[in-house]
Amino acid sequence: MLLNSFVLGASNGFNGGDILFQLAMFIILLTLIKKFAWGPLMGIMTQREEHIANEITAAEDSRVEAKKLLEEQKALLKDARTEAQAMIESAKKQGEIQRDEIIAASRAESDRMKESAKLEIEQQKEQAVTAIREQVASLSVLVASKVIEKELSSADQEKLINEYIQEAGEKR
Amino acid sequence: MDHGAPLVDFMGLTFNLSNILMITVASAIVFLIAVISTRRLAMKPTGMQNFFEWIMDFVRNIINSNMAWKDGGRFHVLGITLIMYVFVSNMLGLPFAITYDHTLWWKSPTADPIVTLTLAAMVVGLSHYYGIRVKGLKEYGKDFFRPMSFLFPLKIIEEFANTLTLGLRLYGNIFAGEILLTLLAGSLAKGFAGTLVAVIPTLAWLGFSLFIGAIQAFIFCMLTMVYMSHKVSHDH
Repeated sequence: MLLNSFVLGASNGFNGGDILFQLAMFIILLTLIKKFAWGPLMGIMTQREEHIANEITAAEDSRVEAKKLLEEQKALLKDARTEAQAMIESAKKQGEIQRDEIIAASRAESDRMKESAKLEIEQQKEQAVTAIREQVASLSVLVASKVIEKELSSADQEKLINEYIQEAGEKR
Repeated sequence: MDHGAPLVDFMGLTFNLSNILMITVASAIVFLIAVISTRRLAMKPTGMQNFFEWIMDFVRNIINSNMAWKDGGRFHVLGITLIMYVFVSNMLGLPFAITYDHTLWWKSPTADPIVTLTLAAMVVGLSHYYGIRVKGLKEYGKDFFRPMSFLFPLKIIEEFANTLTLGLRLYGNIFAGEILLTLLAGSLAKGFAGTLVAVIPTLAWLGFSLFIGAIQAFIFCMLTMVYMSHKVSHDH
C-alpha cells in the first residue's frame, strides 16, 4: 500500500480537474500580482531610478559649476596678485625716479648756489678791491699832496701813483 | 501516505479536493504577501517592500543570467509568481499534514505530480508560444533543425523530457521530503523511546526540507528562464 502510492499517479488516477484548477489559479495569481504588486512596485522602482539618475546629474552639474567657480576665483586671485606685484613694482620705480630727480635737483640747486656764492664773492672782492683802490688812490693823492707840498709835475705825480697802486695790487 | 484522497467527480472531470484546497491556500498566501509588501510604497523602501524588491531583483538576476533584459523582461512577473508560488507550496507541507477521516487534506500542493506537471507543461507551452511570437513561425520551426538537422528527433524528445523532468524533479523532491517526515513523525514516534529517537532526525530532515524547498523553487524558476531563453534568444 505504501509502495503503491510511490508510483506516479497511481494513488489518485488522472485528475483532469486539478490540472484545470491549477492552471486557472496560477493565471489568476499571475494577473493579481501583476496588477497589485508588480506594476506599482515596478513603477516606484523606475521612479527611484529616475530620481537617482536626476540626483547624479544634478550633483555632477553642481560639481562642474563649483569647479568653474573655483577656477574663476583662482584666476581672480592670480590677477589680483599680479596687479599688486605690478603696483609695487611701479611704485618702486617711481620712487627711484623721484629719488633721482630730487637728488639731481638738489645737486643742481647746490651747484647753482655755489656758483652764485662764488660770483657774489668775486663781486664783493671786485668791489672791495675797487673801493680799496679808490681809497688808496685818494689817500695817496692826499698824502702826496700833503707830504709833498712842493711842485711836482703832474706826470711825475701820475707815475708815482701808478707805482703805488701796482705795488698795492701785487702785495695783496 | 496510506491515506486516501478526497476525490470528487464533477462535469466529467476528477477533482482532488485536497489539491484544490492547497492550491487555493498557497495562491492566497502568495497574493497576501505580494499585496502587504506593496501596500505602502515609498521611494525609500522599508520592511516588506524591501523584501519584495529583493525578490524582484533576485528574479531579474536569474533572467539576466539567461538572456538579455529586452527579451526576458516580459517573463519577470511570471518568474516572480513562479518562485513565490513554488516556494510557498513547498513550505506548506512541512509543519504538519492534516488527515481527516483517513483522507489527506493538508500537504504541499507540489507533492502531487499532477500539479507540478501542470506547471511544467504551462512553462514549456509558454516558451513555445513566446518562441513563435518573438521569432516568428519560420525561425521557430528552423530552431528544431539547429545546429544539425539530424538532431530533429532529439529536439522533439527534448521538449517532452524538459516538461517531465521539470515537473517530476519538483514533485520528487517535495514528495520524498513529506514521506520521510510522515514516516518519522507518524511511524517512528510511537511511544516515549520512539519519540526520543525520532526527534533528532526529524529536526534535521525538517531543516533539510526547508533548504530543499527553497532550492527547488529557485531551480524551477531558473529552468523556466533557461527554456524561455532557448526559445526566445537569437544566439544560443
